[in-house]
Amino acid sequence: MKLRILAAVLAAGVSFSFGPASAAELEVTHWWTSGGEAAAVAELAKAFDATGNKWIDGAIAGSGGTARPIMVSRITGGDPMGATQFNHGRQAEELAQSGLMRDLTDVATRENWKDIIKPSSLLDSCTIDGKIYCAPVNIHSWQWLWLSNAAFKTAGVDVPKNWDEFVAAAPALEKAGIIPLAVGGQPWQSAGAFDVLMVAIAGKDVFNKVFGDKDEAVAAGPEIAKVFGAADDARKMAKGSNVQDWNQATNLVITGKAGGQIMGDWAQGEFQLAGQTAGTDYTCLPGLGVNEIISTGGDAFYFPLLKDEEKSKAQEVLASTLINPTTQVAFNLKKGSLPVRGDVDLAAANDCMKKGLDILAKGNVIQGTDQLLSADSQKQKEDLFSEFFASAMTPEEAQKRFADIIASAD
Amino acid sequence: MTGQANAGRPNQLLRNLNSKIASIPMILTAVVIFLGGTLWTVFYSFTNSKLLPRLNFVGLDQYERLWDAPRWVISIQNLAVYGFFSLIFSLVIGFVLAAMMDQKIRFENAFRTIFLYPFALSFIVTGLVWQWILNPEFGVQSVVRSLGWTSFSFDPLYTPSIVIYGILIAALWQGTGLVMCLMLAGLRGIDEDIWKAARVDGIPMWRTYVQIIIPMMRPVFITTLVIIASGIVRVYDLVVAQTSGGPGIASEVPAKYVYDYMFQAQNLGQGFAASTMMLITVAIIIVPWAYLEFGGRKRG
Repeated sequence: MKLRILAAVLAAGVSFSFGPASAAELEVTHWWTSGGEAAAVAELAKAFDATGNKWIDGAIAGSGGTARPIMVSRITGGDPMGATQFNHGRQAEELAQSGLMRDLTDVATRENWKDIIKPSSLLDSCTIDGKIYCAPVNIHSWQWLWLSNAAFKTAGVDVPKNWDEFVAAAPALEKAGIIPLAVGGQPWQSAGAFDVLMVAIAGKDVFNKVFGDKDEAVAAGPEIAKVFGAADDARKMAKGSNVQDWNQATNLVITGKAGGQIMGDWAQGEFQLAGQTAGTDYTCLPGLGVNEIISTGGDAFYFPLLKDEEKSKAQEVLASTLINPTTQVAFNLKKGSLPVRGDVDLAAANDCMKKGLDILAKGNVIQGTDQLLSADSQKQKEDLFSEFFASAMTPEEAQKRFADIIASAD
Repeated sequence: MTGQANAGRPNQLLRNLNSKIASIPMILTAVVIFLGGTLWTVFYSFTNSKLLPRLNFVGLDQYERLWDAPRWVISIQNLAVYGFFSLIFSLVIGFVLAAMMDQKIRFENAFRTIFLYPFALSFIVTGLVWQWILNPEFGVQSVVRSLGWTSFSFDPLYTPSIVIYGILIAALWQGTGLVMCLMLAGLRGIDEDIWKAARVDGIPMWRTYVQIIIPMMRPVFITTLVIIASGIVRVYDLVVAQTSGGPGIASEVPAKYVYDYMFQAQNLGQGFAASTMMLITVAIIIVPWAYLEFGGRKRG
């Protein structure tokens, strides 16, 4: 990574001395470093380079938790990059409010983003005080269960069609020496898995009441108690998956060492890169096969306010390149995510993505937790669930603490 | 008398004027950055600053939340365990190694290099190396199992109750070499005649060490203590590289709490409150010691 930055700096230095007036270089920071992600981001770079500008890749390894602090401190510390990835939602809220980010309203009105971008909640997340500050690039949904067909064959059971069948198949998997559920050690993975269980088991309304309205009584109630019961099952099934990163956990599923994984649709890029086909090698169950609802979180690009006029112009070009239909298709096919506009043709999409597109078209969507909760509340939740998944804490105690977090959430 | 004093004062100020001017930048740095930064942090820990500092006072709310957070309490417990054992073991092992080196052994230089070498590695590298060594599938456990003891189990990094000792092992491996070198320097500073006198009096070697040599090495011990203690309080990178706080939150440490809440959770107020608590912890240890150490010297 350091080498890459060094190379970027050198390249920037060299071309400044010859640089033609029209083209500008933009350093773009993001945390897309796994195999499938890197392949997808290369598509964005290619599209931006085709406009005559230059994409300087500033990949930061170690997932969003590591990357975001670096990005934020570069922006607040007066060393802004040309553009940067954040998740849809409130991660860059304060940066925009304090005037460090660039207002994209002009580009958005010129290109009519309001009508193009579906669902509209994506653009709402970019809008702060009536101004648009980001360009959404994809929709990622968390609510997927990825299953290894080979693992279930080894264990001699049918591939489950929903969460309950999966829980019932767990003993057979264990007997065959297979970890039933792969959960990586990074805190956001266990917190995310819980959110997914909540939508699947308690449903959309409860989810919205808890995370949208921050209703403490519901969070302490019987519906959520059921979810904690399921989380307890998940915890038992996840024993022995001693990996950290999500893609290592996905790899356990790809290689048949684990039965399944609750992970967002970004896991799909990994299956694709490993040359596996949906349906024959792996199975995907949106909403855990129980409640076919997906969240519309995802990634967006934010543009720090720059003094350099050429670069500011290039930022506009990049913003419109990201929304461009061709880029959307090329990028999202590689990434395994859904495009942010409804009017593009994804004929090349595989079965799992088509399922996702279908659900999206039906409007069975919820907002992601990144959009509903502040980074602070998310972090508290992560602390709770990473402890819950690694210890013997009772579901009742965990629920009590969960309700406390919801009560003080903002 | 008064005339002399008047004549003397300006002299005092102007004496070594060059060196005083030269040290102005350092004095400014110390006052503005260290002291100023500290006061600023403490001040803002009473606000509800989120991503950016803002002046909106909430009293002791941040501290209440901090001490209610299970993660912070676990962090403090971990630091206490880690600190206690790391202090004792690095002093004991370091001193014993140094005493053995001091027996005029052959290849002393080679041994010294070997023992000091881990210190040349950063905590990140140390952490990664030990993450591999302690990994149940590749490391010690799998090696012993492949030798025939199939029921052998040594898996500290994935066992919440003992994970902090897994980190302690790595820290000791990295740090004892330096302690050994400091101790060795102290031992070399002891006059040969003292050893001769002790031998003439027929005092056994271990008693010479415990009752004569160690008391004489007090300054070396104090230097070492300060170096080890500051390393303990700020332990962060080792944990990040080895376990990233896991499994769950079983190996969290205070410095990591500060970083995570300041930057990941975008809650500066909470991070500042945590770092203020760390400062207070250090002060509780340092102030009585400094009082004894420097207060005593003035009297003597």
